[in-house]
Amino acid sequence: MPSDGHLPLKETDTLLVIGGGQAAAQTIASARQWGFGGKIHLIGDEDALPYQRPPLSKAYLKGEMTEDRLYFKPADWYAEQNVELSLGVRAETIDRATQTVRLSNGTTASYDALLLATGSRPRALPTAGATLEGVHELRDLRDVDGLKPVVTSGQNMVIVGAGYIGLEAAAVARQLGANVTVLEMAPRVLARVTSPVMSEFYTKLHEDHGVKILTDTRLERLTGTDGTIRSAELSDGTRIEADIVLVGIGVLPNQELAEAAGLDCEGGILVDEDARTSDERIFAAGDCTIRPLVHYGRMGRLESVHNAIEQGKLVAAALVGRERPKLDVPWFWSDQYEVKLQIAGLSNDYDDYIVRGEPDSGSFAVFYFRAGRLIAVDAVNAAPEFIVTKKLIISGQTLAPALLQDTSVSMKELAALAAA
Amino acid sequence: MAKITYIDHEGTEREIEAKNGETVMEVAVKNGVPGIDADCGGACACATCHVYVDEAFVDKVGSPEAMEQSMLDFAENVKPNSRLCCQINVSDALDGLKVTTPESQH
Ligand SMILES: Cc1cc2nc3c(=O)[nH]c(=O)nc-3n(C[C@H](O)[C@H](O)[C@H](O)COP(=O)(O)OP(=O)(O)OC[C@H]3O[C@@H](n4cnc5c(N)ncnc54)[C@H](O)[C@@H]3O)c2cc1C
Ligand code: FES
Repeated sequence: MPSDGHLPLKETDTLLVIGGGQAAAQTIASARQWGFGGKIHLIGDEDALPYQRPPLSKAYLKGEMTEDRLYFKPADWYAEQNVELSLGVRAETIDRATQTVRLSNGTTASYDALLLATGSRPRALPTAGATLEGVHELRDLRDVDGLKPVVTSGQNMVIVGAGYIGLEAAAVARQLGANVTVLEMAPRVLARVTSPVMSEFYTKLHEDHGVKILTDTRLERLTGTDGTIRSAELSDGTRIEADIVLVGIGVLPNQELAEAAGLDCEGGILVDEDARTSDERIFAAGDCTIRPLVHYGRMGRLESVHNAIEQGKLVAAALVGRERPKLDVPWFWSDQYEVKLQIAGLSNDYDDYIVRGEPDSGSFAVFYFRAGRLIAVDAVNAAPEFIVTKKLIISGQTLAPALLQDTSVSMKELAALAAA
Repeated sequence: MAKITYIDHEGTEREIEAKNGETVMEVAVKNGVPGIDADCGGACACATCHVYVDEAFVDKVGSPEAMEQSMLDFAENVKPNSRLCCQINVSDALDGLKVTTPESQH
């Protein structure tokens, strides 16, 4: 519960929100739902209403979803809820002494509480040719609007980086009939985020659909004619024809605004359990933060819808003086072809794992352990494994690897055997 | 078009005019119906859009596919008429549909 003098916010106070993404939208919706009646002003540098990003590499890229279905709320909602929108406007500097923010349209906005929900941006390709026409990124709506018309049947598409977004885009592009090659520097796909079993499964899945996957592969340069991409050249001299290049080599937190204002940052804006920064009037939420990961006893940065929503609610609760919402375990999902992956927990420092079920069957789960405790699961078309693990981690319970491996015992039965 | 009524756990009703092609979840979220958080935005990955379908509509709404069913199996307070409403598409046939949100989602 917040104890700061200026909180909870009063009816005459202003909440200023910078960045119109998932975390911003959640804070605003929750603050209003929980009774904040003061002024809310949203500054977002994109020209669209706040929208969801996950479909950008899935249904929306595939052309199965219209833009308005991406919006969290229709335009009317903001008017009804008395939320002032400054879209297409960038916040440029924060003056903490006067509690004001200078905006790109020449005006200044003031705050009693400020939320930084600036998200993250794609890491730029450090390779010659990165600015050629036909080289794309996949972060926002306008990126996809540029990509959608060109990802068509027979086009040669090279995807640099085999992370979730790159692989999701590969799946969609294949389904649209493009010839897709994925380049990955690491020895396996998804190397940064998951285990070799999972990498193997996804490699096979994509290869079965006709995607060419080149691991241990370094992109030397992109070359083009008349400023337009023609080919990708690998370090071993191989040339791959390319009409489209999609770069998906990770993201960087947008922390510069906070840094310049003297807020503590360390690979993200540092926040506490209420999503408050080192300035008690300034909160930060979403991809741009480094936050306490309470179930893991450390700090970390998450790039997920769950994180943006959870921190968005933490901020709103702190602002209105509501009890801190219960914290969930970090979770994530990815859709590729007909395969739904659901991840609960953080597996990055696992020292052991077991596989439940047969990857070849298309439905299985990989459970991760550290010092004998269950810390995460990657569940492939396996919702029970996902949900049970999520609940176990939240309640501080664990299950032995040998038990989890036994598919003759259902997840329901196993959940009952969990121990503290 | 279909009129859909959302009833919360206390019995408060909200009737909303829904367009075909949207999901019952999207209509709720865009109109600020409480109790339907829909965290995953309809990816059938979160189960925060759980509703009870009015008995008269259970057949019209149809039965859940495998993924939805297994998510539902682990949801709280599931009943035979439970559905994840992000998996229900609005159509003329659903005019008059009533769905109730479970208490655990409030
Ligand atoms: C293609 C794609 C697919 C994804 N799929 C999944 C998925 O399946 N599951 C999942 O859990 N997560 C997924 N994610 C991640 C998830 O979408 C993000 O974690 C989430 O959007 C983060 O929310 P946010 O509010 O922190 O940032 P964002 O949603 O990125 O919003 C930040 C906003 O702030 C704006 N901004 C930045 N600086 C300023 C400034 N100075 N002034 C004004 N505005 C500013 C940015 O332009 C942006 O609009 C995906 C992301 C992408 C890009
Ligand atoms: S919105 Fe997440 S399962 Fe329906």
